[in-house]
Formats: sequence, C-alpha cells, structure tokens
Amino acid sequence: MSKQNVKSNSELFSMTYGALVVQLLDDFESDDEVNSQLDKIGYNIGLRIVDDFLSKNPSVGKCFDMKEIAAVLALKMYMGFTATVTDWSPAADEFSLVFDGNPLAEFVELPQEKHGNLQYSQALCGAIRGALEMVHFEVKGTDNEIRVRLIKKLDDHLPATED
Amino acid sequence: MASKQSSRRISILDRSISKGKNEINLSTFALLFAEIVRYEQSRVNTIAELQNKLSSFGGFVGSKLTDLIFFREKGYKREVKLLNMLLFIKTTFMKNVFGKEADKLERNSENPRIYYIIENDPLVNTFISIPKDKGSLNVAAFTGGLIESVLKLNNFPCTVTTVWHNGTTYVIEFDEAVIAREKAGENK
Repeated sequence: MSKQNVKSNSELFSMTYGALVVQLLDDFESDDEVNSQLDKIGYNIGLRIVDDFLSKNPSVGKCFDMKEIAAVLALKMYMGFTATVTDWSPAADEFSLVFDGNPLAEFVELPQEKHGNLQYSQALCGAIRGALEMVHFEVKGTDNEIRVRLIKKLDDHLPATED
Repeated sequence: MASKQSSRRISILDRSISKGKNEINLSTFALLFAEIVRYEQSRVNTIAELQNKLSSFGGFVGSKLTDLIFFREKGYKREVKLLNMLLFIKTTFMKNVFGKEADKLERNSENPRIYYIIENDPLVNTFISIPKDKGSLNVAAFTGGLIESVLKLNNFPCTVTTVWHNGTTYVIEFDEAVIAREKAGENK
C-alpha cells in the first residue's frame, strides 16, 4: 500500500462495487446468500484495511472501549463521508452509525419488490467487523443505519482468518 | 432500510448529477478490487476465463460511466470520428476514471482495423501480485473491458484484448463496418 492517502475516483469505486453486487445476484439465488457473500467480502477487506489504517495513523493507539472505537472509526478516511454516532445502549456496548450519503449506493436504486431483502451495503458491515476483529473486538453490524454491537473482547491470540 | 427508503422518496432520476469531484481512498478501491479478483478466481478454471470475467466487470462499469463522462466533459456531444474517439478515451476518459491518461495510442501499420492503447502502469495492476504459475494473467483486463464497452456504446463495435506488451497493451480490433464508415466519411 502507498504511504500517503492516494485518492481515486469514487464513482469508479461505486460502479465497481455495483458490478460486484450484480454479479453476485447473478451467481446466487437468494438475497440472503448475496448478503452473506457481501459480508464475507467486506470482512476480508476489513481484515486488511485495519493495517493500512494503523500504519497511517500512528497517533491511534490501542483502544479499550467501545466509545473510543466509535470515535476512531475511519469512515471518513476510507469512504469519504462521516457518520454520526448515536443511540448508545445503556451498557455502552452498542451504538448506531447514521450517515446521510453513502458513496456505495450512489447511482443505485434497488428494485424493492424483487430484491427486498438485499442489504446493498452489507460489505460495509463486514468491513467494520473484520477491522475491529483485528484490534480484538468482536462486533456485529447490521443494516444501512449500521448498528455496531460489542460481543466480546478477544484475547491476545491470533484471530482465525477466513481463507 | 425501510424507514430510510420512505424518508427518501425522491427518485434517483430526479436528483441532479453530482459534479463528480468525490474521491475515495485508493486503498479502499484496491482492496475491493482484490476481493473481486479473488472471488472470481475461486469460480473459474482457466486464466482466460478469469480475464473474461474481469473484463465483463469492466464492461459493466464502462456502460455506466460512459454517459456520465460524456455528459460532464463534452456537454453530451458524442464523438463520431474514430480517431477523436480513441483520443478521447486515451486522455479525458482515462483521466476521469483512473486519474491519469494512458501513455500511448498507436495504430497497427499493417492492419487498419487494429489500434493499441498502451499503459505502462495501470492503476488496477498496482495492488495485484501475479503468482508465478499464472504469468499471463493481467487484471487490467478489467480496464480492457471498460474500454470495449465504451467504444461499443458509442457505436464503434470492436473487441478489446489485454496483453502484456510494453507494460499493458489494450489491443482494439474494430469491426470492418467501422473502418468502412470512416472511409465513407472521408470521401464526402
């Protein structure tokens, strides 16, 4: 990976993502299967993107709780938009990310009746899950308003990778 | 999802087209692209198939981008001359999509139907390391597919193949009809 944050055209990115979703819809029969594929792809990306992030942001040290995690989530850097963190659960282990513009979904309109179950941006959830797992948080994300829930902190062993 | 949809009733066609200055971290794109390559790799048997798959991915992207870029850059005027069209792809189009122009545009001296667009260092190749046993694989087939679909959609039917030669070369072979049309245009 490059040292600086080199930029590329966000439309190229959203179209390419769109091409991937279209291909997956072609390859798999149900929306749910597509969702889980997208999640897996996002997860793989997350596993790798966290290294990129930490190497470029030496100021970010080890995070210890979810509040810090929420503050650090690097959406701005990678996706070019910011999300508001809201709706904390009382135990502070759950929060929501709400965003108004989603570059993944630019130029996208879902046929509601045909693909009602498709979570178009499911890869984002996977990416968050993968990235946080690498810094020893196991979380679960769902939906377009992304809900991030801390399941448990992982012990200091190598997380199993999906290959 | 449901609540979001209802709050945003404006159809996608009613929204104005963005200026297209949005940028995204290259790493994000690179990793997504790598995942695509890997996903397809697990589903094909031969390198040629993989290249075809990538090229069809590129084709999809090209089909969506062509209108957008002609609209922004040319005020919706299409190119009708073959050479202008190729130059447009080499410069404006590539610059818009990948941030830099292609390096060379050449024409086969023997066969007037064949043109080459040469890129020394295509963006998509930057992050993919080719395993030794798959030496002929070139993930820039993605870009090849993109170029092909743009040319086709502008009524220059052709086939584009991507090969390793002076970096990456997109070999563009136009249909006979394109050349005939060019000739007819000159004689008028």
